[in-house]
Amino acid sequence: MESIARLLQLIPKYSELPEFLRALIPVVVSCVVVFALLALAVLFLVWMERKVSAHIQDRLGPMYVGGWHGWAQTLADALKLLLKEDIVPASVDRTLFKMAPFIVFLGAFAAYVVLPFGATSFVADLNIGILYIVAVGSLSVIGIIMAGWASNNKYSLYGGMRAAAQIISYEIPSAMAIMTVIIPVGSLSMVDIVNAQKGGIQNWFILRNPFTFLGFIVYFIASLAEVNRTPFDIPEAESELVAGYHTEYSGMRFAFFFLAEYANMFLVAGVATTLFLGGWTQVIPGSFIAPQLLPGPIVFFLKALLIIFVQMWLRWSLPRLRVDQLMYLSWKVLLPISFVLVLGVGCLAVYW
Amino acid sequence: MEVDYSGDVMTLNMGPQHPSTHGVLRLELKTDGEIVADAIPHIGYLHRCFEKLAENIDYPGIIPFTDRMDYCAAMNMELGYVLAVEKLMGIQINNRVRCIRIIMAELNRIASHLIAAGTYGNDIGSFTPFLWCFRDRETILDLFEETCGARLLYNYNWIGGLMYDVKPGFEKKVIDFIDYFEPQVGNLNKLLSDNYIFVKRTAAVGILSPEVAINYGVTGPNLRGSGVKFDVRKDEPYLGYEEFDFDVPVGKGDYGPVGSCWDRYIVRIREVKESCKIIRQAVAKLTPGDVHESIPKRVKPPVGEVYMRTEAPRGELGYYIVSEGGVKPHRLKVKSPCFTVMSAFREVSRGSMIADVIAILGSFDIVLGEIDR
Repeated sequence: MESIARLLQLIPKYSELPEFLRALIPVVVSCVVVFALLALAVLFLVWMERKVSAHIQDRLGPMYVGGWHGWAQTLADALKLLLKEDIVPASVDRTLFKMAPFIVFLGAFAAYVVLPFGATSFVADLNIGILYIVAVGSLSVIGIIMAGWASNNKYSLYGGMRAAAQIISYEIPSAMAIMTVIIPVGSLSMVDIVNAQKGGIQNWFILRNPFTFLGFIVYFIASLAEVNRTPFDIPEAESELVAGYHTEYSGMRFAFFFLAEYANMFLVAGVATTLFLGGWTQVIPGSFIAPQLLPGPIVFFLKALLIIFVQMWLRWSLPRLRVDQLMYLSWKVLLPISFVLVLGVGCLAVYW
Repeated sequence: MEVDYSGDVMTLNMGPQHPSTHGVLRLELKTDGEIVADAIPHIGYLHRCFEKLAENIDYPGIIPFTDRMDYCAAMNMELGYVLAVEKLMGIQINNRVRCIRIIMAELNRIASHLIAAGTYGNDIGSFTPFLWCFRDRETILDLFEETCGARLLYNYNWIGGLMYDVKPGFEKKVIDFIDYFEPQVGNLNKLLSDNYIFVKRTAAVGILSPEVAINYGVTGPNLRGSGVKFDVRKDEPYLGYEEFDFDVPVGKGDYGPVGSCWDRYIVRIREVKESCKIIRQAVAKLTPGDVHESIPKRVKPPVGEVYMRTEAPRGELGYYIVSEGGVKPHRLKVKSPCFTVMSAFREVSRGSMIADVIAILGSFDIVLGEIDR
């Protein structure tokens, strides 16, 4: 945000604007920038998902729209969704039904505020950054329950309840896994966490010690569940619940759920990158790949894409768990492991 | 299973339009949270009056209608019918017709089991096996298309013979396909059958004990999944199946109790390999001949009745034909395997979870066209 504020200073007569406008405009501008980047990233991710799934399944995926490997396919799909009729079924709770997709999206989008894409490319460096992400990320549960309840459809209700139970359960191991990083860093700020991992791959938390390595695994699994990806996609289990909580949604509102899903996917990948893979820092500092060639944000995106690729790979290879197995995994496997990890990291911090 | 159902029981109407009811089946689920207290299947959404219709059509004209019963295994459906009429009329077929029929029936069995395995993966939440299976099934459909022009509903088996002889080079293509396909089964096992999550989802779910299966008259892979070694091809051979060397795989309960969803699934996968063995032998036995040799000019069976049972991919398919000496059957009754297994569904699925209901339904591998007829 500081860099955007500095850029805005270049506008003639900017300093003559009233004080509150000068405080507000950089916030709005950086939000718009993040939103635009996010929308672009989602478009790309949807295309990537289709390509990855296609090649796993021995197909080609989109090949026509836009020319080269159907790069404009998602653009066309997004346009189609925008132009579709806005259907609100007769028996739904209209207010909640209309609000739900935006709340789900808000939860995903608001967390991007503290995600550091580069050394200076972030909206805000909150001193409680990671806590804020965990807190705001849970907002989407409210939206999902709202959607499930307001749709007045039993499948939606099931989907909403499953999603709520799942996301809340997996929040605990994921928060515990995040603790394994916070304890050695001693700060909740995302920027501080990245700075603590500067100096190449050996300083990343994934390779720092076995506890943080396992912490990464636990976080990755829990984050898969939090964003409802296979093998934890039971809230929208197509073969059981038709489409779960967004069964009744179509057109633009459905697009927002879709956007939120991929935004969340990118978010958890971004958080994992920041916490465990050194964020925007170079893999090998001062090496033949000069920092000028690969600036921080690009390194960040590449690392996040790697994690997203693994997410997609899992999605198109694994079957789905059952509800009780999902809960078992969270409460009886991941939670004890994450407690041990926090304990181990704590001991290291005290006695090392 | 004794479950204490506290609280409110909600009725969840699953189908007839639902992604995994495999057609137009409607399930009325009484659910207590995620647990299904009762699952009542409602059938009949695809009823086309096949049996009544057959009383008004001459014998050869019925063949296309038999195709439309189990549209995933149309070759086997018409095979059972033409064998029944041939038995009624006492027609002897030559070796070429017999071998081609066996090749076609077994190829169609592979195609049908591929759909079963693929859609089952889809039911459990894994989409990739579905497309892998359909990719391999495509080659079989190409072979059928090359032979008789149709890809799904063939009208290929005629009373006393076949519609066309196979094209030159057909044998090589079949063997090439089998050579390509047999290793693919291993790939499918790696991807799906032995997958930890898949096993966890299916191995202790939907137990159909051998006693229950026999009481309900369940046949085919569903019965063999419960460990009962019964296959019409072995126990009451037709078309000279007794000359062929193949095993009848049964569920052994590799990962849990015998008769689970996983057992029923894996029986189909193992059967596919046996079908490959049969096809290789049938191709070797193929001799030159005229496939139209014994086709009667006029199909007018003598007065009498006949029951012919064959092993269709989904179980024992029986045709009961009563003839009064006319060109049309007086009565045609079909014993369809999916219908009998559907009657056991309620007992098997009671007390399971919603996700298990889907797993059980998928493991029965029903085709609604054959249930409703």
